Amino acid sequence: MNNNNYNELHDASHSFEAVIGLEVHSQLLTKTKMFCSCQNIFGKEPNSMVCPVCLGLPGALPVINFEGVRLAVKAALALNININKKSLFARKNYFYPDLPKGYQISQYLDPVSSNGYLNIETDGVEKRIRINRLHIEEDAGKLIHIGSESYVDLNRAGTPLVEIVSEPDMSSAKEAVSYLKELRDILVYQGISDGNMEEGSFRCDANVSVRRKGDEKLGTRAEIKNVNSFKFVEKAIDYEIGRQIDLILSGGNIIQETRLYDSKENVTRSMRGKEEAHDYRYFEEPDLPPLILDEEFIEKVKNSISELPQSKRKRYADEYALTSYDCEVLTQDKNIAYYFEDLIKVNAVNNKGKVEIKKIANWVINDLLFALKGIENQPALKKGNMPEQEDFFNLILEVETGNINKNTGKIVLTEMLLTGKKPADIIKEKNLAQVSDEKGLEGIIKQIFDENSKELTDLISGKDKLFGFFVGEVMKKTKGKANPKKVNEILKNFIEEKKN
Amino acid sequence: MDLSNLTIHQINDLLKCREVKSVDITDSYIKRIKEIDPIISAYLYNDFEEALSNAEDADKIIQKNSDFPYLTGVPLSIKDIFLIKGKRTTCASKILDNFISPYDATVIKRLKKNNYVFIGKTNMDEFAMGSSTENSAYKITKNPYDLNRVPGGSSGGSAASVSADLCAGSFGTDTGGSIRQPASLCGVVGLKPTYGLISRYGIIAFSSSLDQAGVIANDVLDAAIMLKAAVGFDEKDQTTRKLEIKNYPEIVKKADKLTMKGLKVGIPVEFFSEGLDPKIYLKIMEIKDLLKGLGASIVDISLPDTKYSVAAYYVIATSEASSNLERYDGIRFGSRFNEDKNLQSLDELYKKSRELGFGKEVKRRIILGTFALSAGYYDAYYKKASLVRKLIIKNYKDSFNNVDIILGPTSPTPAFLIGEKMSDPLSMYLSDIYTISINLAYLPALSLPIGAVENPTKKGGVLPVGLQLISPWATEERLLSVAKVIEDEVKFREKYTPVM
Repeated sequence: MNNNNYNELHDASHSFEAVIGLEVHSQLLTKTKMFCSCQNIFGKEPNSMVCPVCLGLPGALPVINFEGVRLAVKAALALNININKKSLFARKNYFYPDLPKGYQISQYLDPVSSNGYLNIETDGVEKRIRINRLHIEEDAGKLIHIGSESYVDLNRAGTPLVEIVSEPDMSSAKEAVSYLKELRDILVYQGISDGNMEEGSFRCDANVSVRRKGDEKLGTRAEIKNVNSFKFVEKAIDYEIGRQIDLILSGGNIIQETRLYDSKENVTRSMRGKEEAHDYRYFEEPDLPPLILDEEFIEKVKNSISELPQSKRKRYADEYALTSYDCEVLTQDKNIAYYFEDLIKVNAVNNKGKVEIKKIANWVINDLLFALKGIENQPALKKGNMPEQEDFFNLILEVETGNINKNTGKIVLTEMLLTGKKPADIIKEKNLAQVSDEKGLEGIIKQIFDENSKELTDLISGKDKLFGFFVGEVMKKTKGKANPKKVNEILKNFIEEKKN
Repeated sequence: MDLSNLTIHQINDLLKCREVKSVDITDSYIKRIKEIDPIISAYLYNDFEEALSNAEDADKIIQKNSDFPYLTGVPLSIKDIFLIKGKRTTCASKILDNFISPYDATVIKRLKKNNYVFIGKTNMDEFAMGSSTENSAYKITKNPYDLNRVPGGSSGGSAASVSADLCAGSFGTDTGGSIRQPASLCGVVGLKPTYGLISRYGIIAFSSSLDQAGVIANDVLDAAIMLKAAVGFDEKDQTTRKLEIKNYPEIVKKADKLTMKGLKVGIPVEFFSEGLDPKIYLKIMEIKDLLKGLGASIVDISLPDTKYSVAAYYVIATSEASSNLERYDGIRFGSRFNEDKNLQSLDELYKKSRELGFGKEVKRRIILGTFALSAGYYDAYYKKASLVRKLIIKNYKDSFNNVDIILGPTSPTPAFLIGEKMSDPLSMYLSDIYTISINLAYLPALSLPIGAVENPTKKGGVLPVGLQLISPWATEERLLSVAKVIEDEVKFREKYTPVM
């Protein structure tokens, strides 16, 4: 292809727009599986978390796990999706070795919830993505291929899932990722899902089509299956958009098909076409009664929803005047956000002194999160690893009131994280309190002057740079405990005196 | 002493006054099975060692207690569709040839609590699909009244085992008549309770919304005793209901012909039309007159939509079956037919296992049901059949506004010859024409032997005729009481016994 052609093609590609809809499957954090009482737990010995029901043995029958229903309803309410008070379970029939019954219990014509939306922000632009439905279903097992043999592990079979289907309202890979991230944030925040894409507890299929700008009619779509990270979702969609535009521009036709993303080559490849598409023969699950939800239940679930990350960010910016970066970092993980909010509460009620909220935010973002990441072999950001809110606040106070300096503060924090001890105890044990006592500091400074008389003469004669040298010497002698403010003051006074 | 021609309540009387032991009774049955069953072929397999050990356990309980459940020490046969832990359960299919059940059906658990004696698994149509037991993959069961004739089906082995005194009673299942029709053909009592009255957990599913376990017994009181032991809500089957458990045996004992006065008995015109053997018609009319003589008022009624019941039934039942039978894929349990090392793919393994594992009728129904649920045909078949089902439910509901009980024939003909209908599935399907609509309407019904007609192929021989009684939802006590009154009048057991 010569350059001219390329440019033509490149320009032509700008006259297309992409249309993207996402189907998200998210496992629910229930104790037991969706239709039996086996534990819902990851990483156990293959086929150890199974029973007649999830093995699909003859005669076994499903029983609805109401904790799963509760979490699905909670997810729907958090995503502004209407709850359907009567919904039906349905069978989705197909053969595969990881599907023990030969059908998946899902919902089809009457899902537990339908018609909702999620507001997303991409590069500063807000957009509302409509959600078609959220329904309850069960996960399949897993196939493990070793050499020429395949093994079936059914521990995952029957794990509760919600499938969340968006309308085709996204027009770029970036928007798709914003939607996914926002969706995952909400589910993780509300304790509905652990949102783990690598372990497959949060999965995404993308329906991608392109059309010429201004066209009303949707193009033929391809479905990209199971892409297991945000990065790959973006890459896969971008690749697919490019592939479809190139194909149309070179006179080809898009066919409706399922494609798999190959992350090594960064391409999508055809998995099966429309002709080979399954006919799932959905019909009402005769083993389960209709799912009836009453107003009281829905109201109860509604009340259990905590503040969503989006509204937290807005509130932090409005009430505490935090930067958008600060808000973002503080709300990324619900445990951090709740921790931060607890610190604000402690600040409000304690009678030892008040700290600016911006400062508290800085402590959390710059010091606490940094320290947590620095501790080896400790999974960062887990709730259990955080110091007690009261203790962390006291540490901030120790620094803000000048009892210890900032650097010592960081040392104390690390010690708190490793040992769980209280800051006051650590300061006392390690004798870390700042030396603020003037007499003592004056003595030390005089001694340093005596030991460094040449530098002192130079400083007095105008070599101001040496001021820092003397501060450093004081810190060395006091092992970093000297109150830097006091040291500055005393030094300045002495030198002024000497100058005069 | 021959102890193998007793009813359950007679056995209970003997055990109570400690005249005999369960071991003696069980031994009598074992001797009789060894002698007679090679001719009848009611059983797929027996476990006499287990039976005697059950009997010994029962005897210990009887020794220690003056009060024990009715079924204690009573040898019962079980249709090979119920899972019994540690026992082979084939559903009369090659595909489950090697299947040993790892768990107990809820019914079996309840029977064990009642200290019953398990004497053997009875023959049936493969996966309960059929009306003659000729569809068993293993053997053909003979009607004890004429060895050239079928016992009916699908619970033909169960009915024959009771009729030929090869057990004291039997548990079967009824999806479209599979208890009532063989009971009628073999001259015993067959009760199909209300859908949801007895747990389906651990019963191999044919059509989940129609399947219902029930009892086959020598007389009405025995049926009441067996029913009481099996009914009740089961948390493992969400289609069971939390209903008050009635004391059926006590109710039956109090049944009095005086209570027939004022009883409104419905005679549906549709049950007495073309296709009904005139000799059976006359027998049913005798009962009508009998009840009238006892003071009952006879009301002609119409169930106009029941003429669609066979069509609707074969759509719904085969659709559900096509899905229920998907788990038999040769992957996890049952027979895997992979001796042919040339199998190239997973699909071929599925195909081979299902081709060799399923019989002709099962395949026919899987194909019918798969077709009925296919994209593009769902509305025309499954959906329409479900609408017809609603109409049939309404027909019955409307009728029961005016009558207390409905009376008609169980089967259009007495027992037919082995092989007579095997080449004509439609004529076989029509042998359930009077029983099917009751399953569609979730109602209880009972078949009671009321007499016999001349056997045209056996000089001096007779063939039993069954009367069907149908009552409103969850009113088994009414069925049993009316049946008991008729039973006392016609004295079938005193007049007829199989001649083998």
